Amino acid sequence: MRIILVDGKGRERELAAIEGWRVMEIIRDHGFPIVAECGGACACGTCQVEVDPQWAAKLHESREDELDMLDQNYGGEWSRLSCQLIMTPELDGLRVRLADVAVREAA
Amino acid sequence: MTQEAISTDVVIIGAGPCGLFAVFELGLLDMKCHLVDILDKPGGQCAELYPEKPIYDIPALPVVSGHELTERLMEQAAPFGPQYHYNEMVEELEKLDDGRFRVKTDGGLVFEAKVVVIAAGGGSFQPKKPPIPGIDAYEGKSVFYSVKRMESFRNKKVLISGGGDSALDWTINLQPVAQSMQLIHRRDGFRAAPDSVNKMHALVDEGKMQFHLGQITALHGDNGQLTGVTAKGNDGNDYEIECDTLLPFFGLTMKLGPIANWGLNLHENLIPVDTEKFQSSEPGIFAIGDINTYPGKLKLILSGFHEAALMAQAAFKYANPDAKVTFQYTTSSTSLQKKLGVA
Repeated sequence: MRIILVDGKGRERELAAIEGWRVMEIIRDHGFPIVAECGGACACGTCQVEVDPQWAAKLHESREDELDMLDQNYGGEWSRLSCQLIMTPELDGLRVRLADVAVREAA
Repeated sequence: MTQEAISTDVVIIGAGPCGLFAVFELGLLDMKCHLVDILDKPGGQCAELYPEKPIYDIPALPVVSGHELTERLMEQAAPFGPQYHYNEMVEELEKLDDGRFRVKTDGGLVFEAKVVVIAAGGGSFQPKKPPIPGIDAYEGKSVFYSVKRMESFRNKKVLISGGGDSALDWTINLQPVAQSMQLIHRRDGFRAAPDSVNKMHALVDEGKMQFHLGQITALHGDNGQLTGVTAKGNDGNDYEIECDTLLPFFGLTMKLGPIANWGLNLHENLIPVDTEKFQSSEPGIFAIGDINTYPGKLKLILSGFHEAALMAQAAFKYANPDAKVTFQYTTSSTSLQKKLGVA
């Protein structure tokens, strides 16, 4: 199982994914500088990704608290919080782009 | 204009739980405190991020809300007469020739203190900026992240962006003052109180304001003066909105802010301290609570309380190098009880 991560500079990476893991955790586990400040509690909006429109329909709908966080973080039509996306076999090959708000600035 | 400086023993930067408890510990040692906070209320994150969320790890309080914890700490600090300065961000901190510190806020307050305690949590709460190209050029001129005086929006063509309580409250409150009022939000659902949402819809029905679905993608204007915006609707089409004032309300985020400019050693935006005095790299400047770091640090309110107690002893010795400190308990010491107003 894998996901395709597009970083801020447009570079694509293939990341091995594990069923049941959150997409945020997969990105973080591979050492990408994802902010994910609240650690997956759907409380900060800093793990935002833009999902490839072709994949969007395969995802469950956003809950109200996810929508609230997307409101506050300028989410677009295809935006999701990667901490709310849990890997299943159906999502093998999921393509997401890291939003600017989710990229940790180099210290 | 030179502002007359407020002279005090201690300036505490941040009125969250650790700052408030520091008033108590410093007060037992007769040190008077002024607290400065960027928020309009005490409590820090407890008040701003989770006032209603229950906290379960405060000793002897099996469950307490952020709001209630703040109230109890205020009550505990009250006998020592702390002075609170809200809506003020400390911008400058410098050491004077006589060893004291001068603290300046963005609102023009100036303090001169023997000791400074930084209890600033994750830094200062600042409004989240929407990522619209070129917005910086308009900020403070026709784009504002807060409303200080409603009167300054009289007869303006106001556009508000957001779907939370601030966005909805200011839409309703400024609508009678403004020449025209428009609200834009990315969806038809709102985080704001349902009552405010109903009021907003009623104003739309009465023809007193407009509501747009979509998101601002570009600003138009000259020399910082807005004339309109381009927005992208949920159907993917662009449209124009005429306005001369934009108020984006996307909540608050924590930024280290001016602390980075005070010449203190920092480690990943935290202030390294020792665990005896909780002192920063600058003697006389202490750091407690979430803002500090040391081996084994746990970001718990409880740890911040402990840090406040030890810091107070060290701060007293720093400010009064020749005085002898006698350690006393509040249960048995008449002099401490007098300070608390119970003896």
